[in-house]
Amino acid sequence: MSNHMSKRLLGAAAAIAGTTLLLAACEFPSMETEQVGYRGTGMEEVKNPRREAEKRDRLQAPEPLPPTQPGGGRAGDVYENVQVVGDLSITEFNRLMTAMTEWVSPEQGCNYCHIPDNLASDDIYTKVVSRRMMEMTKHINDNWSDHVGDTGVTCYTCHAGQPVPEYVWFKDDGPPQAGGMAASRAGQNIASASVGYSSLPRDPFSAFFVDEPESIRVIPTTALPDGTNPRNIMDTEKTYGLMMHFSESLGVNCTYCHNSRSFVAWESSPPTRENAWHGIQMVRDLNVDYLVPLEPVYPESQLGPHHRDAPKTNCQTCHQGANQPLYGVSMLADYPELDRIRIRDNGVPDVTRDELEAPAAEPDGAGEDPEQMFDELPGEGPDGN
Amino acid sequence: MSMLSFERKYRVRGGTLVGGDLFDFWVGPFYVGFFGILTIFFSVVGTLLLAYGASLGPTWNLWQINIAPPDLEYGLGFAPLTEGGIWQLVTICALGAFISWALRQAEIARKLGMGYHIPIAFSVAIFAYFSLVVIRPVLLGAWGHGFPYGILSHLDWVSNVGYQYLHFHYNPAHMIAVSFFFATTFALSLHGSLILSATNPKKGEAVKSPEHEDTFFRDTIGYSIGTLGIHRLGLFLALNAGFWSAVCIIISGPFWTRGWPEWWNWWLELPIWA
Repeated sequence: MSNHMSKRLLGAAAAIAGTTLLLAACEFPSMETEQVGYRGTGMEEVKNPRREAEKRDRLQAPEPLPPTQPGGGRAGDVYENVQVVGDLSITEFNRLMTAMTEWVSPEQGCNYCHIPDNLASDDIYTKVVSRRMMEMTKHINDNWSDHVGDTGVTCYTCHAGQPVPEYVWFKDDGPPQAGGMAASRAGQNIASASVGYSSLPRDPFSAFFVDEPESIRVIPTTALPDGTNPRNIMDTEKTYGLMMHFSESLGVNCTYCHNSRSFVAWESSPPTRENAWHGIQMVRDLNVDYLVPLEPVYPESQLGPHHRDAPKTNCQTCHQGANQPLYGVSMLADYPELDRIRIRDNGVPDVTRDELEAPAAEPDGAGEDPEQMFDELPGEGPDGN
Repeated sequence: MSMLSFERKYRVRGGTLVGGDLFDFWVGPFYVGFFGILTIFFSVVGTLLLAYGASLGPTWNLWQINIAPPDLEYGLGFAPLTEGGIWQLVTICALGAFISWALRQAEIARKLGMGYHIPIAFSVAIFAYFSLVVIRPVLLGAWGHGFPYGILSHLDWVSNVGYQYLHFHYNPAHMIAVSFFFATTFALSLHGSLILSATNPKKGEAVKSPEHEDTFFRDTIGYSIGTLGIHRLGLFLALNAGFWSAVCIIISGPFWTRGWPEWWNWWLELPIWA
């Protein structure tokens, strides 16, 4: 009898512990819902308002700096080696530099990109990179309004106060892998945020967000397999992995852009899908024309762990979990200076890390490792301009 | 319809839950009762409402007829008849008919002095439907979260709702439900084939007994659950399939808003290794 009782107690305790564990992993009502299609089609977004509030707090655009009047002459004439923002006046130029410091290196200060003794010097890779990034910003705002609309982007969209944006990607081969029959993992079955922790290939970017990308479209156009569709199930898993990345990056589900009755049919897809399509083209363009070519400039420490590749962009770099970066707040409108960046004809960086590494050996404090350099230069804050 | 010779013995008075003797009669082979009347009423009204809804729609194609729930903006209130109101009334009729049917089963069980296993089992199916069109919509705050009534349209709904959580196969309750569905069909096929094999011996031989059936499974897997046990097991498996199906949709939305694969991060985050 008592044996019976203790068994029952044990069972009850196990049930309670298990239930608690499972419930602890859950969220709780009430939720916010938004209908994105005809009623009854299940086209809707379900969001947790508590989590959304946290995210909104995190994704706040900083207060704009007070606007300035042109004054003090043309920056390109007054300062040396001003290649892309030379048309700004000195006051505008300083406002932009102050803003960029706040957006990109608020803790590290001006010296993250400048050598204190010689602000004009290009002997520090971050300056070479940031110049190219300014051109990229202008390029996005000029040529990719199909994706960024009138909202546009600023440095802050991706950087959000960090020298290296939180979400960049490198080619990823996954952890070391056994050989033989165990070798054909195809990048799958490793829980990874990049694919929403599913079993899908965890680097969906190398195939789609680079030069000569693979086709994302895998759905056959014939009812029966007739041998004309070259896409196989592994291609499909890559595509689905990429779609997981979209969802995770934007904090949305599949039905935000697709009616799953037919993923491929544009006529039954929400208009958001068109915007996403332009986003794919934009990400490829930025990687190919701007980010990959910077590879020779970065020090080894900034390159990818597996392929020594440059840090690249994907949806999450800007979106960071919101369906619109910074929930659609346009910082660009407050910074007309960004609209006057000049894009050089030849954007290929004129300095490589081999050339940059030379001055690092000199005892003047211009190190190749910016973090180290700041340690030696206390008192430089965001206002150090 | 004529009555079989022994049937009269089982047509006993009483056992009704509502209505006393008023509806305590049979029509042909069918027991009527108060809940039989109610079932017919709700079924007829519900079906006519569906037909009315179809007549307002673009098609009479049986596959494509779609009676959709209201827009989410109506919340938990009534919607105009042509904008989801029909769906709301049909839902009331469907629940009325299903519950009446279960209570009629209970009355028949009482007449026969049986346990309530059948109405209880049927209640689990009703619970699954109730979860889809009442519990989850109420938890999410709008009737519009119910599924549409239509052969193809309800499948589209299932697909889209699944993709709202990126990959529904990672839903733990869905996993359990699917496993129970497989297990229940497996158990039924084992049981069915066993009974047929025992009752269909070689020509000229006698039908085999439960001892033969038990021995077959003892020889095969070392254990036979027995003649009564297999029915207990079957009921357990089948009811769990329905129950966990209901759980898997109730938790999708009210208790989890992200992709289901991400839910499993509790495992990655266990303090043992995280």
